[in-house]
Amino acid sequence: MLEIQNVTKVFGGILALTGVSLKVGEGSFVGLIGPNGSGKTTLFNVVSGAFPPSKGNVIFNGQAISGMPPNHICRQGIARTFQIPQPIKSLTVAENVMLGTIFGSQQIGTACGLDRAREEALQWLDFVGLKLDPESYPDRMTAGDLRKLEMARAIATRPKVLLADEVLSGLNRDELKDASGILQKARDELGLTIIWVEHVMHVLMKLVERVVVLNYGMLIADGDPASVSKDERVIEAYLGRH
Amino acid sequence: MQLISKFSRSGLMLLLILLIMLPFLISSSYLTHIVTLILLWSFVATAWAYMARFGMVSLGHGVFLGIGAYFPTLMFNYWGVTPWIGIFVGLVVAIVIAAILGYTCFRFGLLGDYFALVTLAVAEVSALVIMALREITGGSLGYTLRSTGRLADMQFADKRVFYFMALILLIGAMYIWRRIDKSPVRLALTAIEESEIAAASLGVSVIRYKMMITLLSAALTALGGSLYAQYVTYVSPDTIAGVGVSLSVCFKAILGGMFAVLGPFVGSAIIVSLEEYVRISLGTSFLGLSQIIFGVSLLLMIIFMPRGIMGSMSMAVAKRLNRISARH
Repeated sequence: MLEIQNVTKVFGGILALTGVSLKVGEGSFVGLIGPNGSGKTTLFNVVSGAFPPSKGNVIFNGQAISGMPPNHICRQGIARTFQIPQPIKSLTVAENVMLGTIFGSQQIGTACGLDRAREEALQWLDFVGLKLDPESYPDRMTAGDLRKLEMARAIATRPKVLLADEVLSGLNRDELKDASGILQKARDELGLTIIWVEHVMHVLMKLVERVVVLNYGMLIADGDPASVSKDERVIEAYLGRH
Repeated sequence: MQLISKFSRSGLMLLLILLIMLPFLISSSYLTHIVTLILLWSFVATAWAYMARFGMVSLGHGVFLGIGAYFPTLMFNYWGVTPWIGIFVGLVVAIVIAAILGYTCFRFGLLGDYFALVTLAVAEVSALVIMALREITGGSLGYTLRSTGRLADMQFADKRVFYFMALILLIGAMYIWRRIDKSPVRLALTAIEESEIAAASLGVSVIRYKMMITLLSAALTALGGSLYAQYVTYVSPDTIAGVGVSLSVCFKAILGGMFAVLGPFVGSAIIVSLEEYVRISLGTSFLGLSQIIFGVSLLLMIIFMPRGIMGSMSMAVAKRLNRISARH
């Protein structure tokens, strides 16, 4: 359903991604790992349209989406969360999610009233288990709540693919469980295809069914968690020896 | 919150009734003139704040004022085209110019201070263009509208007609403001202001919404410029185009509070009255005093009341109400 074909991204003279190819089938739960600066977020940025690839293509449902602006890609059905949550601080919690419900999906669109969008937004807040007052402002939220809001907002765009960028970083033990549980639930109940960038290995390895490893912008391993964690090159580059 | 909105709604109604009655209550045509000016500038300042309250601070709205003022005036004087049509032409020209400027700025991601600087330069250019075309526009000496006194030429024996036109425009602009508040457009523009990339990743078309509000703001501003020119029957680059008037529009809105629907009105009322007061009481003995007062108060406002008079007032009221409700 999502196919990344030989994508290269150059910043100035730096190769951030070198000929990365990846096929992700519908409903799969893929972990994307690699050391800092290995190009994971860059890959997300290319797929979500934050910037176009220097070379190569991204195909989604048989259509080339590379080079499209991010709002179009979102409406095609690819949503993302940001590594550093980006709540809109002068909108309420509910309104943040309403952005996703109103602008993110083609089915509803701007024609629907704010009331309907709000109703739906409250459902997504419920889905991620965010128990804050929806009329409060997201300026003094805990890291865990910010992640939940970020995910509710992305899921509210009714995507087919969710690009989750480090949804666990900076969370405590309980919050880890909540946040990873949301991804699991989104995959199981909503049938989302999820690509998940994460550094918290012990959680990621337990949930995903496939792990892709990037190092210096190159794809060095791709397989099920058990075999990838034994892969010599992956241990060398990222996991380290025990 | 409900209490506040009830208060402000009845306050608004009272103000509206007062403004409708005013020209019939006061016999002084001078006072009516001042209030007409207040309404006109409130309308323009409100249109300016459409953009500014979403972080698009334009220091070049004089361009649109100038286009709105000069097009119908010149078309009438040279070709005898009635301002009823000329205003429409000015409106279209203003929208086209705003589209070109806006798209260029937004396409290349010019934000905040950089956007303000570009618009400032454009305002200066507009005044220079008027002066360069002095054969047609009268240059910096300005240009007087030919007087016919005919209704078909938008000239009225009773100047109160302009008062009511300005009032209707202002109410219209405030109504649109409220409609924007209750529509997805507000969500989109607020999100865009804080993070264009986050907004876009949620499906918001950044350029489309910025263009929309820019064109609306420019069109209404041009309309204000047109009406101003028809009312005072005199246009000059100093009074209706260029940097000076652009900044004075900003200041009216900032003083009153550009985030509150009544802010630009309050700011315009204060500044226009003060300007008149200083002009009359001091005459020519201390030219520029009003500018000095405004300069200093602008400085103080930005430091101590960044949300303007109306913004600070509503915040104070909300705080007090919270305290009362907390006590019960």
